[in-house]
Amino acid sequence: MNFWRVPLDTNEIDVVHGEVHIIDDRCKGCGYCIEFCPRHILEFSLQFNAKGYHPPVVKNFKDCVNCHYCEVICPEFAIFSVEVDEPPVV
Amino acid sequence: MRYNSDNFMKKPEHPLNGLIRKDRIPHIWCSGCGIGTVFSSCLTSIKNSGLDLNKFAMVSGIGCSGRAAGYVKLDSFHTTHGRAIPFATGLKLANTDLNVIVFSGDGDLFAIGGNHFIHAARRNMDITVICVNNFIYGMTGGQVAATTPHSAISTTTPFGNPESPFNLPLLAYASGATYVARWTMLHVRDLTESIGEALSRKGFSFIEILSPCPINYGRRNKKLPMEILKMYQENTIIKNNADPAELDIDFERGVILGKFIDKDRPTYTENYDKICRSTQNV
Ligand code: SF4
Ligand code: SF4
Ligand code: SF4
Repeated sequence: MNFWRVPLDTNEIDVVHGEVHIIDDRCKGCGYCIEFCPRHILEFSLQFNAKGYHPPVVKNFKDCVNCHYCEVICPEFAIFSVEVDEPPVV
Repeated sequence: MRYNSDNFMKKPEHPLNGLIRKDRIPHIWCSGCGIGTVFSSCLTSIKNSGLDLNKFAMVSGIGCSGRAAGYVKLDSFHTTHGRAIPFATGLKLANTDLNVIVFSGDGDLFAIGGNHFIHAARRNMDITVICVNNFIYGMTGGQVAATTPHSAISTTTPFGNPESPFNLPLLAYASGATYVARWTMLHVRDLTESIGEALSRKGFSFIEILSPCPINYGRRNKKLPMEILKMYQENTIIKNNADPAELDIDFERGVILGKFIDKDRPTYTENYDKICRSTQNV
């Protein structure tokens, strides 16, 4: 994680890791999750889903902090995160 | 090319899958429409409340927001236009153990059903009313609504709107609502908390949620969905307990959000028991 100023207790804080799951065929490509993810780890896929929208893909799995914002802002029940111990390697 | 992998060790389900009719998803709402976010927030509040799911009923009227009743996997009721509140009132009076939620839009609740709204608030019916306010009649093609701002172009006001819009929290307060709040769909965490609070308290609760209608409002007024969300982020001020009279919506000046009213007053059911069921009347 990049900090503007490294916090003094950075070694003692456990950063929570999340694993993002995307249900491609529910997505309508509004881009809200991509725009408002505080870690900016999502981007539009080049692929189309069944309805012809571009769903998001994760560009940087290890940076998800499981804040769930993508999950709560999504109007389509198409994306959610779950807490994991280690950043996922996918 | 990046794609979404299927090789996760275990495939969890979306946390709200248990509360939606999965066979009807993707729902009918347009891309970027805020109704889905408000609906999802409402389901999260229901789930987090820890209350018995068999004791919930969701009632909707007509309009895009009215479709919510058809997507929720709880007892639900899709009623006639403007009449969600009378149906909800009936449900509540017949079975006072139910938590009754009305989920509908600004047109249904405040134009077609305006009269029902003020009287349910006056009686302090113990229901929770969630109003998705997108400033327009979305489903019928973008006609001017009772909430449309002066500056807005609609199919029936091509030069701008000469009518003054309602200040919904003021209307709710003046009619007698005992819980009044306003959020935008971008403030979804505050919204979820607020709906949870409204569910847990007795009396008539009203929450207004500002929400984009990219197709029938945004397109005509040259506002992309993302620009509307940015406006919600930058031109809003959270001010709890603000005076309801100062809650007119003006994004130039800044729109006030927050919880405005939270007070106690005997509900209709309590008054009924006290006045009509007291021993001397039996
Ligand atoms: S959980 Fe938070 S950090 Fe992870 S992808 Fe979603 S919005 Fe981004
Ligand atoms: S918020 Fe939901 S519908 Fe919008 S792009 Fe992200 S996953 Fe797709
Ligand atoms: S017409 Fe407007 S309110 Fe209706 S679903 Fe489409 S975007 Fe949403």
